[in-house]
Amino acid sequence: MRGAPHATWVACAAALTLVATACGGGAAGSDTGAVLSSSWGDPQNPLEPANTNEVQGGKVLDMIFRSLKKYNPDTGQAEDMLAEKIETTDSQNFTITVKDGWTFSNGEKVTAKSFVDAWNYGASLKNNQKNAYFFEYIEGYPETHPDDGSKQTAETLSGLKVVDERTFTVRLKQKFSSFPDTLGYAAYAPLPQSFFTDHAGWLKKPVGNGPYTIESYAKGSQMELRTWEDYPGPDKAVNGGVTLKVYTDNNTAYTDLMAGNLDLVDDVPASQLKNVKSDLGDRYLNTPAGIIQVLAFPYYDKDWNKPGSDKVRTGLSRAINREQITETIFQRTRTPASDWTSPVLGEDGGFKEGLCGDACDYDPEAARKLIEEGGGLPGGQVKITYNADTGSHRQWVDAVCNSINNALGNEKACVGNPVGTFADYRNQIGDRKMQGPFRAGWQMDYPLIQNFLQPLYYTNASSNDGKWSDEKFDRLVDEANAETDPAQAIRTFQQAEEVVRDNMAAIPLWYQNGSAGYSERLSDVRLNPFSVPVYNEIKVS
Amino acid sequence: MGRYVARRLLQMIPVFFGTTLLIFLMVYALPGDPVSGLFGDKGGSPQVIAALKHEYGLDLPIYEQYFNYMRDMILHADFGTQIASGRPVTDVLGDAFPVTLRLAGLAFAFEAVLGLTLGVLSGLRAGRVTDNAILLITLLLISVPVFVLGFILQMVFADQLGWVAPSVNDDTDLTQFILPAVVLGTASLAYVTRLTRTSIAENLRADYIRTAVAKGLPRRRVVGVHLMRNSLIPVVTYLGADLGALMGGAVVTEHIFNIHGVGGTIAESIVRREGTTLIGLVTILVLVYLLASLLVDLLYAVLDPRIRYA
Repeated sequence: MRGAPHATWVACAAALTLVATACGGGAAGSDTGAVLSSSWGDPQNPLEPANTNEVQGGKVLDMIFRSLKKYNPDTGQAEDMLAEKIETTDSQNFTITVKDGWTFSNGEKVTAKSFVDAWNYGASLKNNQKNAYFFEYIEGYPETHPDDGSKQTAETLSGLKVVDERTFTVRLKQKFSSFPDTLGYAAYAPLPQSFFTDHAGWLKKPVGNGPYTIESYAKGSQMELRTWEDYPGPDKAVNGGVTLKVYTDNNTAYTDLMAGNLDLVDDVPASQLKNVKSDLGDRYLNTPAGIIQVLAFPYYDKDWNKPGSDKVRTGLSRAINREQITETIFQRTRTPASDWTSPVLGEDGGFKEGLCGDACDYDPEAARKLIEEGGGLPGGQVKITYNADTGSHRQWVDAVCNSINNALGNEKACVGNPVGTFADYRNQIGDRKMQGPFRAGWQMDYPLIQNFLQPLYYTNASSNDGKWSDEKFDRLVDEANAETDPAQAIRTFQQAEEVVRDNMAAIPLWYQNGSAGYSERLSDVRLNPFSVPVYNEIKVS
Repeated sequence: MGRYVARRLLQMIPVFFGTTLLIFLMVYALPGDPVSGLFGDKGGSPQVIAALKHEYGLDLPIYEQYFNYMRDMILHADFGTQIASGRPVTDVLGDAFPVTLRLAGLAFAFEAVLGLTLGVLSGLRAGRVTDNAILLITLLLISVPVFVLGFILQMVFADQLGWVAPSVNDDTDLTQFILPAVVLGTASLAYVTRLTRTSIAENLRADYIRTAVAKGLPRRRVVGVHLMRNSLIPVVTYLGADLGALMGGAVVTEHIFNIHGVGGTIAESIVRREGTTLIGLVTILVLVYLLASLLVDLLYAVLDPRIRYA
């Protein structure tokens, strides 16, 4: 569309000379700049903070909400946002003071009650919030969200108490020293009273306390966000707003970017990776994100949980040529994994390159030997199960199998086992029907080493799909959570990670990067560790 | 005539129930369930999954689910709730159908007008250069798959020439639908052209045309009234059935041009196993098919006075 942008420019120029206002998709009435357009996917769930568990909805929440903490886009460190101070003496009882002067965009003050009400809502079973498990550390959770399917006996968490307008206390059911650092996650966002009094109205047009407000929301096609001029926080948006456009296919979004119809694409399609450098030059971003892909195993299956199985798993790990696959299939948008966390944590945050050691190094000879010592592949063949409908998983699963087959010198050692739809795939995992390794991806909720280990490998944890269980690991995690010295806590978590390694509980494959491409109009574009663009910093010329 | 229409409308009732039941059973037979897919790669809490399943009635036996669904639909015009977004399906339909109507309407106009023109032109000159050229072009159009044509036209007209937008940014702007409509209507255009051509070429040799010419009627009247009216019956039959196909079958075109219409919503509902959304959409498509075929049957009488309805 070469014609229309020119028309837009002319219109903008006219508007600028006439009233010196911003141009873009409507009257922004702001002196901070124009509105940019960005690709988006239809959020899978209603945009409630405790109900949004995927990146598309999370993108919006990141723009319209600010929580007690915010993760630094560079370092991933949790920094105080609405929190004035979070105090504890025992890592179990916390006193949280909310900063003065914050309001929601409808004028309502953000108080301690805004948080407590929001958290109670998220934890209550009757509201069916998908992120309810984030509140499981708070005392009283079993009463509001019973495990056994019985009726909930409490509406609110007994561990939450409002002290005064700006102070509330949290009592956890166990020691959890890094609890304050988890509070940057969207599920912990405060909610205005209108959320509870006019829920349907709020869902149509969510109201939050972040740097942007929602101007209009046409479900399934687009959302117009505008900079909130009176935003009280330090990270006010420097542009006039963002228009999120729903694309069902990221190829179309890329085409629109190339045609000048769209400013920002935050998911460059795999098929374009080869020419993205020549198309966009340095307007292409490829930075690490807090996502790791692993192969998990069904520990409920006796074949995979017997003496020697760990050797078979380690052997498989050593039969996978990660370097080659990330190079040829992913064009370097993935990095070979050498631990079970993510580079975005940084050395201080617990990422330890090479923690996996030999076990993640490609060595066909050693792989053959290990598998032989472990009693061979169960049934003579491994089937890697994956869902075939999203994420082009087929390509890499085939490549992994190829690599295994070549290493073992057996054409039939490994085959892919596609499941038609994601819904069915999750269903089969839930029903414990996996018969061999299966694809598992983990996108962190908050940049803490705890989040890469506990939900995935702790006994009966929420995302422990393979049902792996190890007493030593559980004990180390408990110890690390109770540890008040952060550095010591991280060291203990790393010891727990070593237990994962020694058992090869899951085979780490690669760390995923976030990618984005943008038009010449934009500058200062970067992705945060959640692979979401830092919208409020983007300048539009 | 009135009785005929009434009878046809009554016949729609069993068809309507039959199709909805069939779709209901087919969706039910698909593996997986719509709730488990909602949690991404993270495991959902079993309690929340159970609560959601209960809320949407997915824990009931299939016949009870069907009964409840039909009861709500017929008595309260309630098509259920889309599980992923929590929105009423009527809202989803209300968003998707106007978009699809614009796309299908434009495509239909394109194929009908251009198809008939080309068909008449080539039928009147059967065997000559024009006819052969048109036949060759239509053969090409029929054999090129939609997605190839879509990407080629998008590349040429949007990327290279810059005449149109590469995708639909504004659902309400009809001009943005022109390119997708051309892509969508092209294959049908070729069929309409060929049907018209054959029919015209055949009827050109019919007795009544010879009579009309012998009576000394002007050529315009011979072709426009005598020839066209009689030749249109197969074409109208095809066009009627095609209207439904244009509305529901535009999945590929909608995908290429980022149009949020019925086709894409149907495809997405199948992947997510969203039975309620799917049935709502398909029910309306079924009604469109039924009404279109009734309209076609009624048009027969207009085109050929010998046809009478009792």
